[in-house]
Amino acid sequence: MSFWKAVTAIIWKDIRAELRTKDIFSSMFVFALLSVIVFNFAFELRVPDMKMVAPGIIWVAVAFSGTLGLNRAFVIEQDKGSLAGLLLAPVDRAAIYFGKMLGNLVFIFIVEIILLPLVMIFFNLSLLTWQHLLVLFLGTYGFAAVGTVFSAMAVNTRAREVMLPILLFPVLLPVLVAGVKMTGSLLDGEALSEAANWLRLVAIYDIGFTVVAYLTFGFVVEE
Amino acid sequence: MERSSRGLMVLTAIAAVMILVSAYLALAGAPDAVGLTEDNTYAQRIIYFHVPSAWLSMLAFGVTMVASIGYLATSKRPWDSFAMSSAELGLIFTFAAAASGAIWAKPAWNVWWTWDPRLTTYTIMFLLFVAYFMLRSAMEDPARRARFSAVYAIFAFLSVPITFMSIRWWRTIHPVLIDPNEGFGLGPGMMTAFFISLASFTLLYIVLVLHRYRLERIREQVDELKEALGY
Repeated sequence: MSFWKAVTAIIWKDIRAELRTKDIFSSMFVFALLSVIVFNFAFELRVPDMKMVAPGIIWVAVAFSGTLGLNRAFVIEQDKGSLAGLLLAPVDRAAIYFGKMLGNLVFIFIVEIILLPLVMIFFNLSLLTWQHLLVLFLGTYGFAAVGTVFSAMAVNTRAREVMLPILLFPVLLPVLVAGVKMTGSLLDGEALSEAANWLRLVAIYDIGFTVVAYLTFGFVVEE
Repeated sequence: MERSSRGLMVLTAIAAVMILVSAYLALAGAPDAVGLTEDNTYAQRIIYFHVPSAWLSMLAFGVTMVASIGYLATSKRPWDSFAMSSAELGLIFTFAAAASGAIWAKPAWNVWWTWDPRLTTYTIMFLLFVAYFMLRSAMEDPARRARFSAVYAIFAFLSVPITFMSIRWWRTIHPVLIDPNEGFGLGPGMMTAFFISLASFTLLYIVLVLHRYRLERIREQVDELKEALGY
């Protein structure tokens, strides 16, 4: 089976499985929404202008609900034993990585697309521009690229899901920082070119860690 | 069975002597800094401890990453033991650098801590390697543990320069030691003391990591013996 065929097959498998039960997606979305609302109450009375904290709130909500999604994706594989099935199939380990990673990316991105209009309504901001979506996409990609490898590791530890945030968040910090900075500068009305440094940073991060993940994923899933 | 080699003992002795020499130079031998208040003049001497510690923590984590790659390439346990020993030392030196930095910062900046990018990166680095040890402690199978922590160490170390890059694009109040425009900001007497200090700390790190590695190998052999005996 060719590489990309295998990747698409894995992505479709995950999407189809999810469409049947919708539990990963619904819990991710509800959790993201709850995070946004809780943060709203946490800051509302002390912050003069909610626009100041909106980028942080968005990215934290994405990080937390994304972690939830990453966890559940691999836990299901392990519980049902389907990971062993994937490993036995004559596909490149890297195909499994890309399939899982892109599947995760699709889920998280869909959650974000649905979350954004709600954030817009709650905070009275304009967020559905292509610049915002690009920033969100780049950050989410970094999240999925690194998170997929770490969640494959985390499900095999004693602490299971709890391990993933501990492993993931320190490594992910540049992406979160860059995301908040870029979203903030866009909300402040600046053009995307002003945040060019941050874009470069996230791009380097995304490309670099995709390469590292491609090289090391095999070690993580082998028995 | 690895006995402590002669070479390691000699190296340890040399390291001990050099540390004593640096301590003397740092506290008394090196000339005073010029143009600072009295408190700050004393506090400035921390540079002979703080900067080597910081450099060593980076070196230690770099060694961990290299050893991790070595383990993934060869699947031989000694690489993993070495990676772990180096990571432990890296953690200690990170803490030493952060603590000494804070002690310096109180007289110099009037705060114990600030979220200056370099300090923030340091905290993240600390967290990365705490996570490394948490991952290790959450796994029982040695081979798997070695593989997973090797993969994690690679990701963790590679993320540090990227996090570091944020410094370029933030204003920083952390003193810049090597300024391309002005050259090294230290006087000649201080330079000697500084480089001796750097060298002795590096030697200290090498000695400590070798001792720790030896200990780890012995511990593994004991575990194997225990298993063979049926404990």
